[in-house]
Amino acid sequence: MDFRHILNSKKTLLSVILGVFFTLTTCKTFAIQGEGSTTEAKNAEQEAFNPTTAILEHIGDSHYWHVGGETSIALPVILFTDKGTEFFSASEFHHGHEAHQGKYYTYKLVEEKIRVVNAAGEVDKEASKHIYDFSITKNVVALWIAGILLLVIFMSVAAAYRKRVGKAPKGLQSLVEPVIMFVRDEIARPNIGYRYERYMPILLTIFFFIWINNLLGLVPIFPGGANVTGNILMTFVLSFIVMLVVNFSANKYYWKHIFMPPVPVWLYPIMIPVELIGVISRPFALMIRLYANISAGHIIVLSLIALIFIFKTLFIAPVSIAFVLFMDVLELLVAFLQAFIFTMLTALFIGTAVEEHHH
Amino acid sequence: MEELFDGLLNDHLGFVVWAALAFVILLILLAKFAWKPIMGAISERERSIEDALLKAEAAKEEMARLTNENEQLLKQARAERDLILSEARKLKDQIVNEAKTQANVEGARMIEQARLEINSQKAIALADVKNQVAALSVEIAEKLLRKELADQKAQDEMVADLLREVKIS
Repeated sequence: MDFRHILNSKKTLLSVILGVFFTLTTCKTFAIQGEGSTTEAKNAEQEAFNPTTAILEHIGDSHYWHVGGETSIALPVILFTDKGTEFFSASEFHHGHEAHQGKYYTYKLVEEKIRVVNAAGEVDKEASKHIYDFSITKNVVALWIAGILLLVIFMSVAAAYRKRVGKAPKGLQSLVEPVIMFVRDEIARPNIGYRYERYMPILLTIFFFIWINNLLGLVPIFPGGANVTGNILMTFVLSFIVMLVVNFSANKYYWKHIFMPPVPVWLYPIMIPVELIGVISRPFALMIRLYANISAGHIIVLSLIALIFIFKTLFIAPVSIAFVLFMDVLELLVAFLQAFIFTMLTALFIGTAVEEHHH
Repeated sequence: MEELFDGLLNDHLGFVVWAALAFVILLILLAKFAWKPIMGAISERERSIEDALLKAEAAKEEMARLTNENEQLLKQARAERDLILSEARKLKDQIVNEAKTQANVEGARMIEQARLEINSQKAIALADVKNQVAALSVEIAEKLLRKELADQKAQDEMVADLLREVKIS
Protein backbone atom coordinates (compact mmCIF):
# COMPACT_ATOMS: atom_id res chain seq x y z
CA MET A 1 0.00 0.00 0.00
CA ASP A 2 1.44 3.34 -0.98
CA PHE A 3 0.33 6.40 1.00
CA ARG A 4 3.12 8.68 -0.19
CA HIS A 5 0.95 10.59 -2.53
CA ILE A 6 -1.46 11.47 0.31
CA LEU A 7 1.26 13.28 2.21
CA ASN A 8 2.92 14.68 -0.87
CA SER A 9 -0.10 16.12 -2.60
CA LYS A 10 -1.07 19.63 -1.50
CA LYS A 11 -4.42 19.20 -3.18
CA THR A 12 -5.35 16.19 -1.06
CA LEU A 13 -4.11 17.92 2.06
CA LEU A 14 -6.26 20.95 1.27
CA SER A 15 -9.33 18.85 0.66
CA VAL A 16 -8.75 16.94 3.91
CA ILE A 17 -8.54 20.22 5.82
CA LEU A 18 -11.65 21.53 4.12
CA GLY A 19 -13.43 18.25 4.77
CA VAL A 20 -12.59 18.39 8.46
CA PHE A 21 -13.71 22.02 8.57
CA PHE A 22 -17.08 21.29 6.97
CA THR A 23 -17.61 18.30 9.23
CA LEU A 24 -16.99 20.54 12.21
CA THR A 25 -19.37 23.24 11.00
CA THR A 26 -22.12 20.73 10.36
CA CYS A 27 -21.49 19.24 13.76
CA LYS A 28 -21.74 22.71 15.25
CA THR A 29 -25.17 23.33 13.85
CA PHE A 30 -26.17 19.88 14.89
CA ALA A 31 -24.78 20.40 18.36
CA ILE A 32 -26.48 23.76 18.76
CA GLN A 33 -29.76 22.16 17.85
CA GLY A 34 -29.15 19.47 20.39
CA GLU A 35 -27.88 21.87 23.00
CA GLY A 36 -31.38 22.91 24.02
CA SER A 37 -32.57 26.30 25.09
CA THR A 38 -30.32 29.27 25.72
CA THR A 39 -31.56 29.58 29.26
CA GLU A 40 -30.18 26.17 29.97
CA ALA A 41 -26.79 27.26 28.72
CA LYS A 42 -27.04 30.35 30.87
CA ASN A 43 -27.79 28.25 33.90
CA ALA A 44 -24.78 26.11 33.17
CA GLU A 45 -22.64 29.22 32.95
CA GLN A 46 -23.86 30.47 36.27
CA GLU A 47 -23.01 27.16 37.88
CA ALA A 48 -20.01 27.47 40.20
CA PHE A 49 -16.80 26.43 38.47
CA ASN A 50 -15.44 23.27 39.99
CA PRO A 51 -11.85 22.75 38.79
CA THR A 52 -11.63 19.13 39.96
CA THR A 53 -14.66 18.01 37.99
CA ALA A 54 -13.64 20.05 34.97
CA ILE A 55 -10.12 18.63 34.92
CA LEU A 56 -11.19 15.05 35.51
CA GLU A 57 -13.78 15.44 32.78
CA HIS A 58 -11.04 16.58 30.42
CA ILE A 59 -8.62 13.79 31.12
CA GLY A 60 -11.32 11.12 31.30
CA ASP A 61 -13.05 9.23 28.53
CA SER A 62 -16.33 10.50 27.12
CA HIS A 63 -19.18 9.65 24.80
CA TYR A 64 -18.79 13.11 23.27
CA TRP A 65 -15.83 14.78 21.69
CA HIS A 66 -15.81 18.42 22.58
CA VAL A 67 -14.42 20.38 19.62
CA GLY A 68 -14.74 23.94 20.83
CA GLY A 69 -17.32 26.40 22.06
CA GLU A 70 -20.55 24.53 22.60
CA THR A 71 -19.80 22.17 19.77
CA SER A 72 -19.23 18.55 20.47
CA ILE A 73 -19.41 15.46 18.34
CA ALA A 74 -21.77 12.83 19.69
CA LEU A 75 -20.14 9.45 19.32
CA PRO A 76 -21.94 6.15 18.71
CA VAL A 77 -23.03 4.08 21.69
CA ILE A 78 -22.83 0.32 21.44
CA LEU A 79 -24.21 -1.73 24.31
CA PHE A 80 -24.06 -5.48 24.74
CA THR A 81 -26.96 -6.36 26.99
CA ASP A 82 -28.20 -9.72 28.13
CA LYS A 83 -31.10 -9.29 25.70
CA GLY A 84 -29.17 -8.13 22.65
CA THR A 85 -27.08 -5.38 21.16
CA GLU A 86 -28.08 -1.72 21.35
CA PHE A 87 -26.75 0.84 18.90
CA PHE A 88 -27.58 4.56 19.02
CA SER A 89 -25.93 7.98 19.05
CA ALA A 90 -24.80 9.56 22.28
CA SER A 91 -26.68 12.69 21.21
CA GLU A 92 -29.77 10.86 22.51
CA PHE A 93 -28.52 11.48 26.03
CA HIS A 94 -28.39 15.27 25.55
CA HIS A 95 -25.20 15.42 27.64
CA GLY A 96 -26.71 13.35 30.38
CA HIS A 97 -29.81 15.49 30.74
CA GLU A 98 -32.18 12.97 29.24
CA ALA A 99 -32.66 9.24 29.34
CA HIS A 100 -32.79 7.26 26.11
CA GLN A 101 -35.44 4.64 25.58
CA GLY A 102 -33.57 1.79 23.93
CA LYS A 103 -34.86 -1.48 22.52
CA TYR A 104 -34.42 -3.37 25.77
CA TYR A 105 -33.86 -0.89 28.58
CA THR A 106 -33.93 2.83 29.25
CA TYR A 107 -30.44 4.27 29.56
CA LYS A 108 -29.04 7.40 31.14
CA LEU A 109 -25.56 8.89 31.33
CA VAL A 110 -24.48 9.12 34.96
CA GLU A 111 -21.01 10.72 35.28
CA GLU A 112 -20.14 9.60 31.73
CA LYS A 113 -21.19 6.04 32.55
CA ILE A 114 -24.21 4.38 31.02
CA ARG A 115 -26.72 3.13 33.56
CA VAL A 116 -30.11 1.51 33.22
CA VAL A 117 -32.91 3.57 34.73
CA ASN A 118 -36.35 2.43 35.70
CA ALA A 119 -39.63 4.12 34.85
CA ALA A 120 -39.20 6.55 37.74
CA GLY A 121 -35.85 7.70 36.37
CA GLU A 122 -33.79 6.09 39.13
CA VAL A 123 -30.68 4.04 38.44
CA ASP A 124 -31.38 0.32 38.41
CA LYS A 125 -28.14 -1.21 39.72
CA GLU A 126 -29.14 -4.82 39.13
CA ALA A 127 -30.11 -4.26 35.51
CA SER A 128 -26.99 -2.12 34.94
CA LYS A 129 -24.89 -5.18 35.67
CA HIS A 130 -26.23 -6.85 32.53
CA ILE A 131 -25.05 -4.20 30.10
CA TYR A 132 -21.55 -3.94 28.75
CA ASP A 133 -20.53 -0.60 27.29
CA PHE A 134 -18.69 -1.17 24.00
CA SER A 135 -19.26 2.40 22.79
CA ILE A 136 -16.94 4.09 20.36
CA THR A 137 -15.81 6.65 22.91
CA LYS A 138 -13.52 9.65 22.49
CA ASN A 139 -10.50 7.57 23.42
CA VAL A 140 -11.40 4.83 20.96
CA VAL A 141 -11.71 7.38 18.15
CA ALA A 142 -8.44 9.01 19.23
CA LEU A 143 -6.87 5.56 19.17
CA TRP A 144 -8.10 5.02 15.62
CA ILE A 145 -6.86 8.42 14.53
CA ALA A 146 -3.44 7.70 16.00
CA GLY A 147 -3.45 4.27 14.38
CA ILE A 148 -4.39 5.62 10.96
CA LEU A 149 -1.76 8.36 11.32
CA LEU A 150 0.87 5.76 12.18
CA LEU A 151 -0.17 3.56 9.26
CA VAL A 152 -0.10 6.47 6.80
CA ILE A 153 3.26 7.73 8.05
CA PHE A 154 5.05 4.42 8.19
CA MET A 155 3.59 2.91 5.03
CA SER A 156 4.67 5.98 3.11
CA VAL A 157 8.10 5.69 4.71
CA ALA A 158 8.21 2.01 3.81
CA ALA A 159 7.25 2.92 0.23
CA ALA A 160 10.07 5.46 0.21
CA TYR A 161 12.46 2.73 1.34
CA ARG A 162 11.28 0.45 -1.43
CA LYS A 163 11.59 3.23 -3.97
CA ARG A 164 14.99 4.46 -2.87
CA VAL A 165 16.83 1.19 -2.31
CA GLY A 166 20.39 1.75 -1.18
CA LYS A 167 20.09 5.53 -1.31
CA ALA A 168 20.25 8.09 1.48
CA PRO A 169 16.90 8.75 3.20
CA LYS A 170 14.89 11.75 2.08
CA GLY A 171 12.01 13.81 3.48
CA LEU A 172 9.78 12.06 6.00
CA GLN A 173 11.97 9.02 5.68
CA SER A 174 14.99 10.90 7.00
CA LEU A 175 12.88 12.28 9.85
CA VAL A 176 11.76 8.83 10.92
CA GLU A 177 14.91 6.83 10.28
CA PRO A 178 17.01 8.26 13.13
CA VAL A 179 14.21 7.41 15.57
CA ILE A 180 13.96 3.86 14.23
CA MET A 181 17.73 3.58 14.48
CA PHE A 182 17.53 4.94 18.02
CA VAL A 183 15.01 2.26 18.98
CA ARG A 184 17.18 -0.39 17.37
CA ASP A 185 20.61 0.71 18.57
CA GLU A 186 19.83 2.24 21.96
CA ILE A 187 16.84 0.20 23.08
CA ALA A 188 16.64 -3.20 21.40
CA ARG A 189 20.26 -4.18 20.83
CA PRO A 190 21.79 -3.37 24.24
CA ASN A 191 18.90 -4.89 26.18
CA ILE A 192 17.92 -7.94 24.16
CA GLY A 193 21.16 -8.93 22.52
CA TYR A 194 21.65 -10.64 19.22
CA ARG A 195 18.02 -11.87 19.07
CA TYR A 196 16.70 -8.31 18.96
CA GLU A 197 15.39 -8.55 15.38
CA ARG A 198 12.42 -10.70 16.37
CA TYR A 199 11.23 -8.04 18.80
CA MET A 200 11.77 -4.96 16.64
CA PRO A 201 8.13 -4.85 15.35
CA ILE A 202 6.59 -4.87 18.83
CA LEU A 203 9.14 -2.42 20.22
CA LEU A 204 8.76 -0.01 17.30
CA THR A 205 4.98 -0.24 17.42
CA ILE A 206 4.88 0.38 21.17
CA PHE A 207 7.34 3.25 20.90
CA PHE A 208 5.63 5.11 18.07
CA PHE A 209 2.15 4.30 19.35
CA ILE A 210 2.89 5.79 22.77
CA TRP A 211 4.79 8.72 21.32
CA ILE A 212 2.17 9.75 18.79
CA ASN A 213 -0.63 9.35 21.34
CA ASN A 214 1.32 11.42 23.85
CA LEU A 215 1.85 14.12 21.25
CA LEU A 216 -1.78 14.06 20.07
CA GLY A 217 -2.80 14.35 23.71
CA LEU A 218 -0.87 17.60 23.94
CA VAL A 219 -2.75 19.14 21.03
CA PRO A 220 -5.59 21.05 22.71
CA ILE A 221 -7.95 21.04 19.70
CA PHE A 222 -9.70 18.31 17.73
CA PRO A 223 -8.46 15.73 16.67
CA GLY A 224 -5.97 15.88 19.50
CA GLY A 225 -6.64 16.42 23.14
CA ALA A 226 -7.80 12.94 24.02
CA ASN A 227 -5.91 11.46 26.92
CA VAL A 228 -5.26 8.03 25.41
CA THR A 229 -1.90 7.14 26.95
CA GLY A 230 -2.96 8.85 30.19
CA ASN A 231 -5.82 6.39 30.40
CA ILE A 232 -5.04 3.54 32.77
CA LEU A 233 -7.05 1.11 30.65
CA MET A 234 -4.90 1.87 27.62
CA THR A 235 -1.69 1.50 29.61
CA PHE A 236 -3.14 -1.70 31.08
CA VAL A 237 -3.67 -3.09 27.57
CA LEU A 238 -0.16 -2.11 26.53
CA SER A 239 1.53 -3.57 29.60
CA PHE A 240 -0.63 -6.69 29.41
CA ILE A 241 0.59 -7.24 25.83
CA VAL A 242 4.14 -6.63 27.04
CA MET A 243 3.62 -9.20 29.81
CA LEU A 244 2.35 -11.74 27.30
CA VAL A 245 5.27 -11.11 24.93
CA VAL A 246 7.82 -11.34 27.75
CA ASN A 247 6.44 -14.54 29.24
CA PHE A 248 5.83 -16.26 25.93
CA SER A 249 9.35 -15.56 24.74
CA ALA A 250 10.91 -16.61 28.07
CA ASN A 251 13.36 -19.51 27.95
CA LYS A 252 13.98 -22.28 30.47
CA TYR A 253 16.56 -20.24 32.39
CA TYR A 254 13.94 -17.59 33.11
CA TRP A 255 11.44 -20.14 34.41
CA LYS A 256 14.16 -21.95 36.31
CA HIS A 257 15.06 -18.69 38.00
CA ILE A 258 11.45 -18.27 39.07
CA PHE A 259 10.59 -21.79 40.20
CA MET A 260 14.05 -23.03 41.22
CA PRO A 261 15.90 -19.93 42.32
CA PRO A 262 19.51 -20.44 43.45
CA VAL A 263 18.67 -20.25 47.16
CA PRO A 264 18.33 -22.93 49.90
CA VAL A 265 15.20 -25.00 49.48
CA TRP A 266 13.62 -23.82 52.75
CA LEU A 267 13.51 -20.31 51.25
CA TYR A 268 11.38 -21.48 48.32
CA PRO A 269 8.03 -20.72 50.00
CA ILE A 270 9.15 -17.11 50.18
CA MET A 271 11.16 -16.81 47.00
CA ILE A 272 8.73 -18.37 44.54
CA PRO A 273 5.82 -16.07 45.44
CA VAL A 274 8.21 -13.10 45.35
CA GLU A 275 9.39 -14.08 41.88
CA LEU A 276 5.82 -14.63 40.72
CA ILE A 277 4.85 -11.21 42.04
CA GLY A 278 7.83 -9.88 40.08
CA VAL A 279 6.34 -11.30 36.88
CA ILE A 280 3.18 -9.24 37.48
CA SER A 281 4.70 -6.20 39.14
CA ARG A 282 7.04 -5.29 36.31
CA PRO A 283 4.31 -4.74 33.71
CA PHE A 284 2.17 -3.27 36.50
CA ALA A 285 4.86 -0.64 37.08
CA LEU A 286 4.90 0.06 33.33
CA MET A 287 1.14 0.58 33.39
CA ILE A 288 1.20 2.95 36.37
CA ARG A 289 4.24 4.90 35.18
CA LEU A 290 2.88 5.81 31.77
CA TYR A 291 -0.62 6.52 33.07
CA ALA A 292 0.61 8.66 35.96
CA ASN A 293 3.14 10.65 33.94
CA ILE A 294 0.82 11.54 31.11
CA SER A 295 -2.19 12.20 33.33
CA ALA A 296 -0.08 14.35 35.64
CA GLY A 297 1.08 16.45 32.70
CA HIS A 298 -2.50 16.94 31.52
CA ILE A 299 -3.68 17.77 35.04
CA ILE A 300 -0.95 20.39 35.52
CA VAL A 301 -1.72 22.07 32.21
CA LEU A 302 -5.48 22.01 32.91
CA SER A 303 -4.95 23.30 36.46
CA LEU A 304 -2.95 26.24 35.14
CA ILE A 305 -5.76 27.01 32.70
CA ALA A 306 -8.31 26.55 35.49
CA LEU A 307 -6.58 29.32 37.46
CA ILE A 308 -8.10 31.82 35.04
CA PHE A 309 -11.60 30.58 35.89
CA ILE A 310 -10.91 30.29 39.61
CA PHE A 311 -9.67 33.88 39.87
CA LYS A 312 -12.32 34.99 37.39
CA THR A 313 -9.99 37.59 35.95
CA LEU A 314 -8.32 37.95 32.59
CA PHE A 315 -5.17 39.36 34.18
CA ILE A 316 -4.11 35.98 35.43
CA ALA A 317 -4.23 34.68 31.85
CA PRO A 318 -0.72 35.81 30.79
CA VAL A 319 0.74 34.06 33.82
CA SER A 320 -1.27 30.93 33.14
CA ILE A 321 -0.38 30.94 29.47
CA ALA A 322 3.31 31.39 30.25
CA PHE A 323 3.26 28.46 32.63
CA VAL A 324 1.18 26.36 30.26
CA LEU A 325 3.65 27.07 27.47
CA PHE A 326 6.48 26.00 29.73
CA MET A 327 4.60 22.86 30.74
CA ASP A 328 3.74 22.04 27.14
CA VAL A 329 7.37 22.24 26.14
CA LEU A 330 8.23 20.05 29.09
CA GLU A 331 5.46 17.66 28.09
CA LEU A 332 6.92 17.43 24.60
CA LEU A 333 10.02 16.06 26.25
CA VAL A 334 7.99 13.83 28.56
CA ALA A 335 6.02 12.51 25.58
CA PHE A 336 9.23 11.23 24.05
CA LEU A 337 10.74 10.22 27.36
CA GLN A 338 7.79 8.10 28.45
CA ALA A 339 7.63 6.37 25.07
CA PHE A 340 11.35 5.73 25.39
CA ILE A 341 11.14 4.45 28.98
CA PHE A 342 8.19 2.17 28.24
CA THR A 343 9.95 0.69 25.22
CA MET A 344 13.26 0.53 27.05
CA LEU A 345 11.78 -1.40 29.98
CA THR A 346 9.89 -3.67 27.60
CA ALA A 347 13.17 -4.45 25.86
CA LEU A 348 14.84 -4.97 29.23
CA PHE A 349 12.16 -7.44 30.37
CA ILE A 350 12.34 -9.29 27.07
CA GLY A 351 16.12 -9.28 27.45
CA THR A 352 15.97 -10.92 30.89
CA ALA A 353 13.46 -13.44 29.59
CA VAL A 354 15.54 -14.55 26.61
CA GLU A 355 18.93 -14.23 28.26
CA GLU A 356 20.99 -17.39 28.22
CA HIS A 357 23.01 -18.33 31.26
CA HIS A 358 26.16 -20.30 30.76
CA HIS A 359 27.16 -21.70 34.11
CA MET B 1 -14.18 -0.95 48.17
CA GLU B 2 -17.04 -2.79 46.56
CA GLU B 3 -18.42 0.53 45.47
CA LEU B 4 -15.16 1.26 43.65
CA PHE B 5 -15.21 -1.92 41.64
CA ASP B 6 -18.95 -1.79 41.06
CA GLY B 7 -19.63 -1.97 37.37
CA LEU B 8 -15.94 -1.77 36.50
CA LEU B 9 -16.20 -4.49 33.88
CA ASN B 10 -19.51 -3.19 32.57
CA ASP B 11 -18.09 0.27 31.95
CA HIS B 12 -14.53 -0.47 30.94
CA LEU B 13 -14.34 -3.90 29.31
CA GLY B 14 -15.46 -2.32 26.05
CA PHE B 15 -12.58 0.14 25.92
CA VAL B 16 -10.07 -2.54 26.88
CA VAL B 17 -11.32 -4.75 24.05
CA TRP B 18 -11.35 -1.87 21.54
CA ALA B 19 -7.86 -0.76 22.61
CA ALA B 20 -6.43 -4.27 22.49
CA LEU B 21 -8.03 -4.88 19.11
CA ALA B 22 -6.79 -1.58 17.71
CA PHE B 23 -3.28 -2.11 19.03
CA VAL B 24 -3.00 -5.69 17.81
CA ILE B 25 -4.34 -4.81 14.35
CA LEU B 26 -1.97 -1.86 14.23
CA LEU B 27 0.90 -4.09 15.30
CA ILE B 28 0.13 -6.67 12.62
CA LEU B 29 -0.34 -4.10 9.86
CA LEU B 30 2.75 -2.11 10.79
CA ALA B 31 4.85 -5.24 11.20
CA LYS B 32 3.83 -6.52 7.78
CA PHE B 33 3.68 -3.33 5.75
CA ALA B 34 6.06 -0.99 7.54
CA TRP B 35 8.61 -2.51 9.89
CA LYS B 36 9.51 -5.45 7.71
CA PRO B 37 10.37 -3.43 4.58
CA ILE B 38 11.89 -0.59 6.60
CA MET B 39 14.13 -2.75 8.76
CA GLY B 40 14.97 -4.88 5.74
CA ALA B 41 15.95 -1.83 3.72
CA ILE B 42 17.97 -0.35 6.58
CA SER B 43 19.93 -3.52 7.25
CA GLU B 44 20.36 -4.06 3.50
CA ARG B 45 21.76 -0.56 3.14
CA GLU B 46 23.99 -1.01 6.17
CA ARG B 47 25.30 -4.21 4.70
CA SER B 48 25.99 -2.54 1.36
CA ILE B 49 27.73 0.37 3.11
CA GLU B 50 29.85 -2.02 5.13
CA ASP B 51 30.57 -3.95 1.96
CA ALA B 52 31.60 -0.77 0.17
CA LEU B 53 33.83 0.23 3.07
CA LEU B 54 35.47 -3.17 3.08
CA LYS B 55 35.94 -2.97 -0.67
CA ALA B 56 37.46 0.49 -0.35
CA GLU B 57 39.81 -0.83 2.31
CA ALA B 58 40.75 -3.74 0.09
CA ALA B 59 41.30 -1.38 -2.84
CA LYS B 60 43.51 0.78 -0.66
CA GLU B 61 45.52 -2.23 0.36
CA GLU B 62 45.75 -3.36 -3.25
CA MET B 63 46.89 0.12 -4.22
CA ALA B 64 49.52 0.11 -1.50
CA ARG B 65 50.65 -3.32 -2.59
CA LEU B 66 50.88 -2.17 -6.21
CA THR B 67 52.80 0.94 -5.26
CA ASN B 68 55.12 -1.15 -3.18
CA GLU B 69 55.55 -3.56 -6.01
CA ASN B 70 56.23 -0.73 -8.43
CA GLU B 71 58.78 0.71 -6.09
CA GLN B 72 60.38 -2.67 -5.73
CA LEU B 73 60.44 -3.05 -9.48
CA LEU B 74 61.91 0.40 -9.90
CA LYS B 75 64.55 -0.32 -7.31
CA GLN B 76 65.35 -3.59 -8.97
CA ALA B 77 65.52 -1.92 -12.38
CA ARG B 78 67.77 0.76 -10.99
CA ALA B 79 70.05 -1.82 -9.44
CA GLU B 80 70.11 -3.73 -12.69
CA ARG B 81 70.92 -0.58 -14.60
CA ASP B 82 73.72 0.20 -12.19
CA LEU B 83 75.02 -3.30 -12.54
CA ILE B 84 74.91 -3.13 -16.32
CA LEU B 85 76.57 0.27 -16.31
CA SER B 86 79.33 -0.83 -14.01
CA GLU B 87 79.83 -3.96 -16.05
CA ALA B 88 80.03 -1.89 -19.20
CA ARG B 89 82.49 0.43 -17.55
CA LYS B 90 84.58 -2.54 -16.48
CA LEU B 91 84.38 -3.98 -19.94
CA LYS B 92 85.39 -0.68 -21.44
CA ASP B 93 88.33 -0.38 -19.08
CA GLN B 94 89.32 -3.89 -19.89
CA ILE B 95 89.06 -3.26 -23.62
CA VAL B 96 90.98 -0.03 -23.36
CA ASN B 97 93.64 -1.68 -21.24
CA GLU B 98 93.86 -4.58 -23.59
CA ALA B 99 94.13 -2.24 -26.53
CA LYS B 100 96.77 -0.29 -24.74
CA THR B 101 98.83 -3.37 -23.95
CA GLN B 102 98.41 -4.64 -27.45
CA ALA B 103 99.43 -1.30 -28.84
CA ASN B 104 102.42 -1.21 -26.53
CA VAL B 105 103.42 -4.71 -27.51
CA GLU B 106 102.95 -3.96 -31.20
CA GLY B 107 104.85 -0.72 -30.88
CA ALA B 108 107.68 -2.42 -29.09
CA ARG B 109 107.75 -5.10 -31.71
CA MET B 110 107.79 -2.57 -34.52
CA ILE B 111 110.47 -0.56 -32.80
CA GLU B 112 112.51 -3.72 -32.37
CA GLN B 113 111.98 -4.61 -36.00
CA ALA B 114 112.96 -1.11 -37.03
CA ARG B 115 116.01 -1.31 -34.84
CA LEU B 116 116.97 -4.62 -36.38
CA GLU B 117 116.38 -3.24 -39.81
CA ILE B 118 118.40 -0.16 -39.00
CA ASN B 119 121.16 -2.34 -37.61
CA SER B 120 121.20 -4.57 -40.57
CA GLN B 121 121.09 -1.59 -42.93
CA LYS B 122 123.82 -0.04 -40.89
CA ALA B 123 125.87 -3.22 -41.13
CA ILE B 124 125.28 -3.38 -44.85
CA ALA B 125 126.23 0.25 -45.19
CA LEU B 126 129.26 -0.23 -43.01
CA ALA B 127 130.31 -3.26 -45.01
CA ASP B 128 129.90 -1.27 -48.16
CA VAL B 129 131.90 1.57 -46.70
CA LYS B 130 134.55 -0.90 -45.58
CA ASN B 131 134.69 -2.41 -48.98
CA GLN B 132 135.03 0.98 -50.59
CA VAL B 133 137.62 2.00 -48.01
CA ALA B 134 139.44 -1.26 -48.63
CA ALA B 135 139.28 -0.79 -52.39
CA LEU B 136 140.42 2.79 -51.99
CA SER B 137 143.17 1.70 -49.64
CA VAL B 138 144.26 -0.97 -51.99
CA GLU B 139 144.22 1.51 -54.83
CA ILE B 140 146.16 4.03 -52.79
CA ALA B 141 148.49 1.33 -51.65
CA GLU B 142 148.95 0.12 -55.19
CA LYS B 143 149.62 3.65 -56.35
CA LEU B 144 152.00 4.19 -53.45
CA LEU B 145 153.64 0.86 -54.02
CA ARG B 146 153.93 1.57 -57.69
CA LYS B 147 155.57 4.83 -56.89
CA GLU B 148 157.77 3.38 -54.15
CA LEU B 149 158.71 0.36 -56.15
CA ALA B 150 159.54 2.21 -59.28
CA ASP B 151 163.24 1.32 -58.85
CA GLN B 152 164.90 -2.03 -58.11
CA LYS B 153 166.61 -0.96 -54.98
CA ALA B 154 163.49 0.08 -53.26
CA GLN B 155 161.96 -3.23 -54.25
CA ASP B 156 164.76 -5.16 -52.66
CA GLU B 157 164.58 -3.15 -49.47
CA MET B 158 160.97 -3.76 -49.33
CA VAL B 159 161.28 -7.44 -49.75
CA ALA B 160 163.99 -7.51 -47.12
CA ASP B 161 161.75 -5.61 -44.68
CA LEU B 162 158.89 -7.94 -45.27
CA LEU B 163 161.08 -10.91 -44.73
CA ARG B 164 162.30 -9.40 -41.56
CA GLU B 165 158.91 -8.94 -40.36
CA VAL B 166 158.10 -12.57 -41.19
CA LYS B 167 161.14 -13.75 -39.29
CA ILE B 168 160.14 -11.82 -36.27
CA SER B 169 156.75 -13.21 -36.19
